[in-house]
Amino acid sequence: MSTNIADHVRTSLVRKGRWGIGEILFWLIAAATLFLLPERHLILNEIAIIGLFALSLDLILGYAGIVSLGHAAFFGLGAYAAGILAKHGFADPLLGLLIAAIAAAILGFVTSFLVLRGSDLTKLMVTLGVALVLGEIANQASWLTGGADGLQGVSMGPVVGLFEFDIFGTTAYAYSLVVTFLLFIVARRIVVSPYGLSLRSIRDNPLRARAVGIPVNRRLVAVYTLSAAYAGVAGALLAQTTQFVSLDVLAFHRSADVMLVLVIGGVGYLYGGLIGAIIFKVLQDVISAWTPQYWQFWIGLILVIIVLAGRERLTERVRTLWKGVAGRTAKSPEPLPKTSVREI
Amino acid sequence: MLTILFDGIAYGMLLFVLACGLAVTLGLMNFVNLAHGAFAMAGGYVTAVLMNRSGVPFLATLPLAFIVPAILGLVLERTLYKQLYTRSHLDQVLFSIGLVFMAVAAVDYSFGSQQQLIQLPTWLQGRIDVLGVQIGLYRSFIIVICGALVVALQLILTRTRFGSRLRAAVDDPRVARGLGINVSLIFATTFAFGSGLAGLGGALGAEILGLDPTFPLKFMIYFLIVVTVGGTTTITGPFLASLLLGIADVAGKYYVPSVGAFVIYTLMIVVLVLRPQGLFERAR
Repeated sequence: MSTNIADHVRTSLVRKGRWGIGEILFWLIAAATLFLLPERHLILNEIAIIGLFALSLDLILGYAGIVSLGHAAFFGLGAYAAGILAKHGFADPLLGLLIAAIAAAILGFVTSFLVLRGSDLTKLMVTLGVALVLGEIANQASWLTGGADGLQGVSMGPVVGLFEFDIFGTTAYAYSLVVTFLLFIVARRIVVSPYGLSLRSIRDNPLRARAVGIPVNRRLVAVYTLSAAYAGVAGALLAQTTQFVSLDVLAFHRSADVMLVLVIGGVGYLYGGLIGAIIFKVLQDVISAWTPQYWQFWIGLILVIIVLAGRERLTERVRTLWKGVAGRTAKSPEPLPKTSVREI
Repeated sequence: MLTILFDGIAYGMLLFVLACGLAVTLGLMNFVNLAHGAFAMAGGYVTAVLMNRSGVPFLATLPLAFIVPAILGLVLERTLYKQLYTRSHLDQVLFSIGLVFMAVAAVDYSFGSQQQLIQLPTWLQGRIDVLGVQIGLYRSFIIVICGALVVALQLILTRTRFGSRLRAAVDDPRVARGLGINVSLIFATTFAFGSGLAGLGGALGAEILGLDPTFPLKFMIYFLIVVTVGGTTTITGPFLASLLLGIADVAGKYYVPSVGAFVIYTLMIVVLVLRPQGLFERAR
């Protein structure tokens, strides 16, 4: 019986791991925008970065159920790490990404032990507190970070020694898109692995997950660290492509925005962050062209409406639509055989 | 030295009046309401607008600064908040952040983004010298009012029938409901009252804390610190926590301005990690 279940889990995971037509289309379209929308590369670059940032939040929020109001801490740390590195002569972008990821991962690893404790509210407060402390440090240590004036004089070398950053943002967008895509593939591989499955069981019922022998704390520490590294890379991308870092990268509204992005796109599946980033940026563009100062009001209204209308219900509806489009060719995985009462 | 202590106490008292409504909301319905500061801002703006545009005297605006946010709170509770009690904390956080964003932009739109200044009546201005200690008149006024409120709240909570019902509902809403206590009515009343108190705090604090459209975001963290550090089942917990926070903040800004808010955030994290249920709470 146990081998039977293991087989079923394996086939189900392998099926989930296959790329659907919809997914391939999504990335083909993303790649096509590189050539079809040349005058929009600056905003597309921002979309790719915010998408990656939201993806990192999805890893802990959607897959592990950790509510965080301070995810900007890792984003900001990554941005400052990459920015400071570039300012002091290490202009290779990929080296910057690596260092930013490592720095953010270390911070994530250390703070994950704080986040493991307590209720949702305690987690909220601790994550928020970590981001605020980091914001204070960046503000005070102006010899290193430029303080309130921002970090100036960041100049990047060409990507892999070939592609110089240009003012139209074409290289920047291509660079961000490729990095986001590669990290997305890694994240996709992780969430359809048995490890990802165990994370979801922790999210749904930590007590039962512990009872069936999943090392809950170790898994959460690992995913928190991974998510922090992702956020750090997103921050580094922003610093490198805009060649400027300000205290804004650590501000509270950044943590709130990324949560909003993820919620618009849908929590708990990897495209949520990416789709949310597209909708969010387009909305921001449209609304702020219409009423530049008060676009926050409409964002707030959208947030309230999404919550009142039922976040899960909306995502569920979109997901069934998605399945209708993408899953027509691929058969949906068979459900696990029901265990009869007598066997238990 | 004593002056700083005095200012810190006034500041802490103010924080308590601002945050105690949140403590009850959080303790009673386990609702994470990040929009609490918006009600405080509403109270502050009622006072500022009435004083600056209609010339109403400061003291006369205070009751209105209580009533308007209370009504606002009641309406919002009955229409929107009520539907979210059973939802996840994430939904509640998102919803209340949405409300904060809306409040910030709406106030910015109607009154502009500049600081709202209020002119205190002359008998509240200045400082007097008591036994060599400089004491601000307005700060002593705040301490007297807030102190009276604290005593009144404590009496209501411990001596009246409503108070015992409220405590029963906080301890276990299901059992309280089973005993025939109308929990949702109690909650609506308390929510309105807490919003009103926040409004009053916002009006009293307009002079000390400053008042501009970003008020709810700026002070959200302070309210949350008070509530999480103080715990939510008593009124003394948040009270002591606000006093501590007030004194630490004022003293920190005076003695070590370069470190500033850093100390408070770090202390909060340490307290939360060591005692996730709050500093003054018995572990369950």
